[in-house]
Amino acid sequence: MEAALTAILAPFSYSFMLRALIVSVMVGVMCPILGAYVVTRSLGFMGDALAHAVLPGMVIAFMLGVSPFFGAVPTGIAVAILVGYLSRKAGLSEDTTIGILFAGLFALGLALMTVARGLPVDIEDVLLGQVLAVSNADVAATLALAATVIVVLYAFHKELVFNSFDPTGAKVIGLPTRALDYLLLVLLALVIIIALQAVGIVLVIAMLITPSATAFLLVRRFTSAMALGAVIGAGSAVVGLYISFYLNLPSGPAMTLVATAVFVVVAALRRRVA
Amino acid sequence: MVNGAPQAALIVENVSVRLGGEVVLSDVTFEVQRSTLLGVVGPNGGGKSTLFNAVAGILPLQTGRVLIYGVPPDKSKGRIAYVPQREEVNWRFPLTAVDVVLLGRSRKVGWLRRAGKKDTAIVESSLKRVGMWDERSSLINELSGGQRQRVFVARALAQEADILLLDEAFSGVDVASQEGLVTVLRGLRDDGKTILMATHDLTNMAERFDEVLAINHHVCAFGSPETAFTPEVLEELYGAHGVVFGNGGGHHA
Repeated sequence: MEAALTAILAPFSYSFMLRALIVSVMVGVMCPILGAYVVTRSLGFMGDALAHAVLPGMVIAFMLGVSPFFGAVPTGIAVAILVGYLSRKAGLSEDTTIGILFAGLFALGLALMTVARGLPVDIEDVLLGQVLAVSNADVAATLALAATVIVVLYAFHKELVFNSFDPTGAKVIGLPTRALDYLLLVLLALVIIIALQAVGIVLVIAMLITPSATAFLLVRRFTSAMALGAVIGAGSAVVGLYISFYLNLPSGPAMTLVATAVFVVVAALRRRVA
Repeated sequence: MVNGAPQAALIVENVSVRLGGEVVLSDVTFEVQRSTLLGVVGPNGGGKSTLFNAVAGILPLQTGRVLIYGVPPDKSKGRIAYVPQREEVNWRFPLTAVDVVLLGRSRKVGWLRRAGKKDTAIVESSLKRVGMWDERSSLINELSGGQRQRVFVARALAQEADILLLDEAFSGVDVASQEGLVTVLRGLRDDGKTILMATHDLTNMAERFDEVLAINHHVCAFGSPETAFTPEVLEELYGAHGVVFGNGGGHHA
């Protein structure tokens, strides 16, 4: 018992571990809250694409020696709006448009990263997440972004729900449906940027959809799924953080494996009950 | 509104709409009085949904105008309620019947505000009105086609709309539930609502509707169900393929 307690508390004698814990919890909470929309509106590919597409912005910020948030946030917002705009233009299907855009931007980011010498980050950390490396400034930026997203989501909850469920009805009643679509994509981009620190570009999609999908197996209503997803997400992120610390794994795969295991167990138990 | 005559609930005047270079509606003109249950019939692709979008003010008109109690639809938002076609709703989005009806309060509640006691009371009376109060906690995607339609009608009531647009409201609804829906709509009509219902199903038109509008890109007939459906009109709507297809983009029903 005492040994277990020590194993749980000991890592926090390091201040980097405390910072990592704060960021992990925020990632675990924020991803499934947006993830409830991602799962019910089939935005998984969009989320994956946004994560990849912010890479050039992050790399440019690294090259300029400023916080990656200063590159990722504007890039994420710009890409969210661009994707929303392009997907409305007929001609190409939405997934084709997104695919071209995100692959192109991701490639640009990779190329920049290779060309620029002496960047303060490893490509592996960017792709797979390294929450143990977050700075005080990263923690502050994470909390500020998370607070912004929560406030905006809460303020526009009924409009975002209406537009997600019945866009034509929302338009008829006079809601600005196009603006609401853009708003959701921008919020998604901001949450993805928070999550990149912990799970990396490649695995953001897992934190966005897996805890949320688990929640939808257990509860029926949208807002309940948001709340339960946040609990599952935070739990997965924190357990993943310990695994990352003790086994010296990148945090992204560790957190993703935990979230996936929770999903598999819940899905199996639910099948047995049903 | 000439000489103090009662103001029409809905005036559609010389409305033409093009979508993707194709004429979908051509010079459509008709007028509906308050407390009318109007059936809008015509083949699939004949312009019924487009007409509803034009009436709702969510589509640019090439020519003509629409007036809701004398006011253009873009200035009457909230007075028009839309009951969507099945295909237009994201059924994976998990909302209960109460949640859906509460959406109808969005505009009255306003931006950045939460629904209050008054709104919950209106949601309750709306659900009771359509006979769905007992199913209030059911998820919308677990309800039958007819029950879903009733919930959407309740949403229109909660919105306190004057004009209800029901697009293909009978599709996926069994005959018994269709009759139940019509009974509910008749009650609302008697309360002063004006209801437009699109359907490509021509059964029992006379019993169901006060007036019918037959539309296949243009107005083929308009009036009481007994007089509107002449053999010529029926042939123009559904009969000779040459007529249906000759008008650009129409699909056989």
